[in-house]
Amino acid sequence: MTSARARLPGARPSDARVVLDADAIRRAVRRMAHQILERHAGAAGLLLMGIHSRGVPLAHRLAADAADIERVDVPTGSLDVALYRDDYAQIGPRPLERTYFPVDAAGKTVILVDDVLYTGRTVRAAMEAVIDQGRPAAIELAVLVDRGHRELPIRADYVGKNLPTAADEVVRVHLSEHDGHDAVTIERAVQA
Amino acid sequence: MSVIDHLLDIRDLDAGAITSVLDTAEAFGDLASRPIKKVPTLRGRTVCNLFFEDSTRTRVSFEVAAKRLSADVLNFSAKGSSVSKGESLKDTALTLQALGVDAIVVRHHTSGAARQLSRWVDGKVLNAGDGRHQHPTQALLDLYTIREHFGHLDGLHVAVVGDVLHSRVARSLVQGLRTMSAGVTLVGPPTLLPMSAGSWDADVSHDLDPVLGKADVVYLLRVQRERMREQFIPSIREYARLWGMDRRRLETLADHAVIMHPGPMNRGIELTADVADAPNALIAQQVANGVAVRMSCLYLMLGGEHPIRR
Repeated sequence: MTSARARLPGARPSDARVVLDADAIRRAVRRMAHQILERHAGAAGLLLMGIHSRGVPLAHRLAADAADIERVDVPTGSLDVALYRDDYAQIGPRPLERTYFPVDAAGKTVILVDDVLYTGRTVRAAMEAVIDQGRPAAIELAVLVDRGHRELPIRADYVGKNLPTAADEVVRVHLSEHDGHDAVTIERAVQA
Repeated sequence: MSVIDHLLDIRDLDAGAITSVLDTAEAFGDLASRPIKKVPTLRGRTVCNLFFEDSTRTRVSFEVAAKRLSADVLNFSAKGSSVSKGESLKDTALTLQALGVDAIVVRHHTSGAARQLSRWVDGKVLNAGDGRHQHPTQALLDLYTIREHFGHLDGLHVAVVGDVLHSRVARSLVQGLRTMSAGVTLVGPPTLLPMSAGSWDADVSHDLDPVLGKADVVYLLRVQRERMREQFIPSIREYARLWGMDRRRLETLADHAVIMHPGPMNRGIELTADVADAPNALIAQQVANGVAVRMSCLYLMLGGEHPIRR
């Protein structure tokens, strides 16, 4: 979830601080993959769904780690939640990305994957989007960073890093697939 | 921010806006194959289909598009309404305004009716055909269908065949194709090409056969018998012989070329039945793509209007 930027229009970031570097991200994703396999005693019935945009490469990294750890193939797809957001009337249309379910969601344990958990509104939209594709057995949530400030009763099942933040701070997740390098930074937004 | 304000004329959209409509429509195309074909995006919005001319496919296509986005849909047709009792377009518009309609899809026999309507109401207006003037969503779904088939629009060559004079479909399509850098040749008898065809930024030919070999798309326009009160062509049979697509002409097309038609087809006039059912006819895809393209237009037009409610 990169809505931190959307929440602070016109904000000019200053003194960005790295809170997770490439190695730390790699270890955190690896640990989450272990936790997922441990909780489910393997990968049977799992479906990883990355939320656009940076949840998608994270979901594929979790799947690659799971394949490496237990030689299991976890189906991995991508989810665009723009049509399910609750701010269409306020913010307006967002560009739509491809939603792809590699297998039928019905009866699966769907693990939603996103980069930052913040207000929880993206996750609420994602749950509705998944349920419209077929009734899953369960929905779980894996995030690289939980920065707090929830506006809905939502929590993550797998967390890369809990990062206490102030509301006027901006958390950015950079992933090599999108940004050319891996890092999580936090910066205080200065109103322009 | 909405990408589109009102959708009245295809020329209101530049290449970037058209690309945005087509890209968004691609995402909506996937919805048709889901078990639940609805998304909640336009919940609470009301879309009115205001049709002063008979139309089944366009109205139904807009209705399905609005319903798949969870909008409420009102159907208002001239027949059996207060319009047949002499109510003016303006009074009808003000009535819909008072009912709190967020978008009006309008088809009217007068060119410019949609633009006039957009001056009277607060909601968004989508032109579903005004007289001989414009039919922008048909052009967008045709552009979508061509792009879906070829992967791009620029550099393609499209032959638009038949009754260009009376055709709002042709006007919007040719302008849309030119915006997207595709080339166009208008083909038809001199009586059915507009006097202004020279200013259309398209080639003009009065002979179909030489055009066919170099066309990527052959777009056949419907012979609009209801608009032809004067003698534009000697006979339907002669039209079919000179301008109709038949098996012989089909074989002179390039291997990759496709046939399109906006419907409803007059089989045996614009094209023979075997051409209509040929594997390189995209006519069924055009209809199927209409819903996704209209969903895209509604989605891009109806967001971001209301102040934040807390």
